[in-house]
Amino acid sequence: MGNFYKDNDDIRFLFRHIDQGQLASMIEEGFRFAEEFDYAPANAEEAVQNYDLVLDALGELSADFIAPRAEDVDREGNTLNEDGSVTRAKGMTEALEKLAQAEVMGFTLPHRFGGLNFPNLMYSMATEMISRADASLMNVFGLQGIAETIDAFASEEIKQEYLPPFAAGKVTGAMVLTEPDAGSDLQVIKLKAFQDDKGNWFLNGVKRFITNGCGDVLLVLSRSEPDRAGGLGLSLFVCEPGPTVHIRRLEDKLGIHGSPTCEIFFDNTPCKLIGERKRGLAPYVATLMNGARIGIAAQSMGIAEAAYRIARDYAASREQFGVAIEKLPAVRDMLIDMKIALEAGRALLYDTSRVVDLAVGYNRQVESNPPEDKAELKALKNKARAYKRYAGLLTPMSKYFCSEMCNAVAYDAIQVLGGSGYMRDYASERHARDARITTIYEGTSQLQVVAAVRGVCSGTAEKYLADLVALQYAPEVKDLLETLAEGRELLRGAIEFTKERGNDYMDLYGRALTDIAMDLIMGYLLCGQASSKVQMDVAVAPGANKDNGETIPMTQRKAMIARRFVEKNAPKIKALTDLIRQGDKSTFSDYDALVGPVQEA
Amino acid sequence: MAYHCVVLAKQVPDTQRITGQVMNDDGTVNRSALPAIFNPEDLNALELALQIKDRFGGRVTVVTMGLPGATRILRDSLYRGADDAILVTDRRCAASDTLATSYILSRAVKKLEADIVLCGRQAIDGDTAQVGPQLAEKLDLTQITYVEALEELEDRQITVRRNIGNGWQQVKTSLPVLLTVTGEANAPRVAAAKQLMKQKKARTRLEVAQEIQEINPDAVEAEREELTASRCATLESQDLLIKHWDLDDLEADLTWCGRNGSPTKVHRIQSVVLAAKESKDVEPTEEGITDMIHELIQDKIIA
Repeated sequence: MGNFYKDNDDIRFLFRHIDQGQLASMIEEGFRFAEEFDYAPANAEEAVQNYDLVLDALGELSADFIAPRAEDVDREGNTLNEDGSVTRAKGMTEALEKLAQAEVMGFTLPHRFGGLNFPNLMYSMATEMISRADASLMNVFGLQGIAETIDAFASEEIKQEYLPPFAAGKVTGAMVLTEPDAGSDLQVIKLKAFQDDKGNWFLNGVKRFITNGCGDVLLVLSRSEPDRAGGLGLSLFVCEPGPTVHIRRLEDKLGIHGSPTCEIFFDNTPCKLIGERKRGLAPYVATLMNGARIGIAAQSMGIAEAAYRIARDYAASREQFGVAIEKLPAVRDMLIDMKIALEAGRALLYDTSRVVDLAVGYNRQVESNPPEDKAELKALKNKARAYKRYAGLLTPMSKYFCSEMCNAVAYDAIQVLGGSGYMRDYASERHARDARITTIYEGTSQLQVVAAVRGVCSGTAEKYLADLVALQYAPEVKDLLETLAEGRELLRGAIEFTKERGNDYMDLYGRALTDIAMDLIMGYLLCGQASSKVQMDVAVAPGANKDNGETIPMTQRKAMIARRFVEKNAPKIKALTDLIRQGDKSTFSDYDALVGPVQEA
Repeated sequence: MAYHCVVLAKQVPDTQRITGQVMNDDGTVNRSALPAIFNPEDLNALELALQIKDRFGGRVTVVTMGLPGATRILRDSLYRGADDAILVTDRRCAASDTLATSYILSRAVKKLEADIVLCGRQAIDGDTAQVGPQLAEKLDLTQITYVEALEELEDRQITVRRNIGNGWQQVKTSLPVLLTVTGEANAPRVAAAKQLMKQKKARTRLEVAQEIQEINPDAVEAEREELTASRCATLESQDLLIKHWDLDDLEADLTWCGRNGSPTKVHRIQSVVLAAKESKDVEPTEEGITDMIHELIQDKIIA
């Protein structure tokens, strides 16, 4: 009997370290739902207890039911039948049934539609555990943003029709966005949406690379304004599979084999408009994708956690040169770096999720329950705006960092296993294949950087860092805070240098600037964890100096992690700022000569 | 067609997680050293009952006999989707063997008018597999043991597949029926989120009384009783009071219960301690194999 929640000290620590009560009070709107719904919490303490209980159940399901099926799901994949229907891998169907029974398919949906009304932070933790068990299952479990989008923007009638079956796990959905010629650039979408003379909407055209395109509820971004090019000509529609929706092809992919990736032809498919016309891309799909990016960051965490654990176990049991290979400095270093990268990523992702919850919560207060006092209202509006900006900065950062980290960890995990890791006998090769998509879909790393670097250069990162600086820290990390302060100074200089050279230069060095800002943010977050009030003892590995069963306080361990993280990144930050300040623009001037012409076939 | 399924469950020490302090010096099990869990095959019985409810409608009631602490597995049953849970507890049940247990349980099941009674094949502490069959006899119910799949259920006719060791057998009978369910029958579902959120507050009257006692240690008894009664009334109105039956509620014949009703006498308990190392290297040579066979014959492991 395993449990991916209980066996993960870091998740359990962060569960207590982050103030869940604040999120709960906000999302439960002063716990007013308890009167109407017998399962809704009556106070913050009860809400947090609920979160804990549900994660515990999901942790058990992930470990005992989902994980043992992942290998077969990967081998079996999905089948496109003659009649156009798609048959999922057996383990996938079984897992979806169990998730429905566990009542976790409406994780963040409001109570009134049968949802749990949990914060995004809880959803990130849950998504991580599911992904650790089977990354490809996340592509269905993690698509709850579709229901959230309907909840946020659709009419009451559409909500009543679609949301209860979502929450009950009776239906799954798909975000139907990508087309053959519209991938990263969704503004050029061609799929036509048109009305008959009675005003009914229909869809016509082709969509490609659609995750779970064989799902029951399809959110389709399409051109409703034929005369209008660009994003403003797009609207969002909802439709269901039927005789006019043809799955033409299933992609044969490198990884996430359990997740069906479909090409869909819409042959005048009846559909319903979500919200208003012309708002399809912004704000509807933009909001949807921000949620999905956090989902992919959580998926990345899960894959990385699974990959790390195999490597860690293997390094302890595999003997070469007469010792377990974990005794060898090169292997030992890899394992420590993997583990620290994991915890740094988790720190960033969970704080991002918390910030998103606060952004949503403050905004909801402004809209539905504004204070009468004008000064109070103004303060609330400022908070809502600030957290929205933080969310806009941290979301692409989390997606970028966690997905790249997950690839690095999955890669190094195979390295630790050596030849065995390259074989299919271990899940490591599957983790590496599953990891590869995470830096690509829901916006490539390059696009995340484009989004994040604007927040880095506009002052949002500095404000967020200032918030972090203002927190209370333990004396043990005082010198680290000084190192981080030096890093902030270096970043400020690099930003100034960049701004003098314009937007092209900012994009050219976007990755370097974003990397510096992220390292500083994670440095502060880890120092914060080392200063946590949470008292929790964690086991250390038995070895030369430690007995079996020995424990240390988590804060002490986190201080070690913060130290290694901050001190190893300090020279990297220095090097990156030097690089930025060299002012080199050869990428623009020398490209043609450096890469040479495209060869004729 | 809806059915009332009654599931009999037992809280057992987790014998699959044996640690050093588990055995008392006299060779008996130190129950307090082992975590108490839901007997695994009883979870399979519960899952089968829940599947019947999902497909055909009806209700699932879970009954356990045990110490008040066994309420935990009743709450667990509610989390997973059971509609009702009943704790049978009474000091006079102590030291019941399988005969007394099945008698007491039969009194409880009689009160419930079950269409299908489901038990786990056996419990991992005693491993007798006797309670299910004895219960069927006492209730004069058709019994089908070792059930590994429900094939059909229609018009009060049930068809199941039972494991007979070297194969399987398909059995059809009419309701009411008692099934004992094996671990192969299904993979039990986990707790449902909304049930967890709601039923975490479910309590028996005994638990309420104890909680009141802990909160108000100095209150006089009458006051505590009043508080308990009022708290229980609130819980009952919220459908959160777990029923508790004692032997009087069951109108049980006390000569059939507890030590009086238990003819099983433990003759001797042997604590088998393996002194030698668990493994031994045998050289893959003629000589090594001959030595090993010789040793096995000497130890009377092979003839």
